[in-house]
Amino acid sequence: MLINYGMGNIRSVGNALTRLSASYFVSSDKDDLAKADAYILPGVGAFSHAMANIAARGLFGPLTHEVMEKKKPFLGICLGMQLMAEDSMEKGFHKGFGWLPGHVRKLDAHNGLRIPHVGWNELEIRNENQLFTNVPPDANFYFDHSYALCEADENMVAALCDYGAPFVAALRKGNLFGTQFHPEKSHVQGLRVFRNFLNFVEYGTGNANA
Amino acid sequence: MLKKRIIACLVVKDGLLVQSIGFERYLPVGRPEIAAEYLSRWGIDEIVLLDISAGSSGNGPDFAMIERVSQPCQVPLAVGGGIGSVREIELLLHAGADKVVLNRAAVRSPELVEEAAENFGNQCIVVSVDTKRGASGAYEVFTESGRVATGMSPQIFAGRMEERGAGEIFLTSIECDGAKCGYDMKLVSEVSDAVTIPLIVCGGVGHPDHLLEALLHPGVAAAVVGNFFHYTEHSVTLTKRFLRDRLRENDSIKVRMDMHFDYEGCGFTENGRLARRSDEHLAEIRFQRHEDVKI
Repeated sequence: MLINYGMGNIRSVGNALTRLSASYFVSSDKDDLAKADAYILPGVGAFSHAMANIAARGLFGPLTHEVMEKKKPFLGICLGMQLMAEDSMEKGFHKGFGWLPGHVRKLDAHNGLRIPHVGWNELEIRNENQLFTNVPPDANFYFDHSYALCEADENMVAALCDYGAPFVAALRKGNLFGTQFHPEKSHVQGLRVFRNFLNFVEYGTGNANA
Repeated sequence: MLKKRIIACLVVKDGLLVQSIGFERYLPVGRPEIAAEYLSRWGIDEIVLLDISAGSSGNGPDFAMIERVSQPCQVPLAVGGGIGSVREIELLLHAGADKVVLNRAAVRSPELVEEAAENFGNQCIVVSVDTKRGASGAYEVFTESGRVATGMSPQIFAGRMEERGAGEIFLTSIECDGAKCGYDMKLVSEVSDAVTIPLIVCGGVGHPDHLLEALLHPGVAAAVVGNFFHYTEHSVTLTKRFLRDRLRENDSIKVRMDMHFDYEGCGFTENGRLARRSDEHLAEIRFQRHEDVKI
């Protein structure tokens, strides 16, 4: 289920899923949550607005139940990943879902680096994690953000990216996945990341052959 | 490290992709969704679609067209033209846009930039600055496809837009548009110094050397190509190969090139076109087999 909370680039994510022949539906209705096998939370927007929109649709409680208790796979993209953290400093202090330890902070602009961080950047892929199966180590992904997750638990970091300072580019903790980059806009390599997530949903592993 | 982006600009008029010359003359090219599909496949870093008839027709953005264009587009898509409200931005994002480009609205009602940034985040808002030299020879910002002068200097306007929450500045030189004479680097330098957000420069590419010149400027995050990409097979891939070859010794500037075909080892002629390979080489690669990529 693609969660529509009024501010994601839903269609872009949908286009990528269609390309991979995945079956999905788009909904903003909390009663639909129980029907889904997995969730994707896209994100283009400001943190506080996202939290307010999710609360207004009554999604937070039921979604937490499905993801944290029933352990259904969840992929947060960009803002969708940041929302899983404890809190964010974007336009004031705001609480997040609190599913994962970590705080969202503004990227540090120094040495003439321009904020937001927009464009294609490579990752430093960490550990054995299913999100990056079949992805070459020098692959580029598309980023577009001013805030990022820092102070995260070392064990859940799936990939780091460097822009002035390292930040969390992707994470994985059990059934929770998140990417700061936009896999739906990262061409072939982005599709691979989606495929790995879909394989996890289907087979519980990143590799369909395993 | 962050790559410098090569962006394709699709100028659309009445639903048709056109070649724009000086914001005055327009030649038909084809359907925008076909162009988006090829550009995306050839390794473009981003696509900007500007619908220049959306504002003047009074109908606002053509959401159905954006849906068609976004479908084959596997890279970021920024959409501009005729946007007048936060609601329209939301509908565009739903139709498949990833960012929006504001021009007239940003000049007339800068509070829309602020409101939009508040709702969708700064990274989603690109403000386009169309510039031309006025009667006095000083640069001036224009709107309405270059027809209406605003009396503002591009530096001051760009700086103001950054304060209002713009995430990127899309700087176009109207005089260079379609002229194939290269970017107006004087203008680029002036505006680059006035902002701390990423700067995208547009207008005037006629040779891949022009892109090189822009990318070498430290303040330029992305260079835009319009007409230059429309008429050559694999135009994006070839241009990127040209740039990679020229930047081989340069560690501070990188261009993304992770396609399954990359023209490695091909030469270029003086006018920036692909050099002819020897008959022996062509005979050698004639029966090479390439496996399909499955994802």
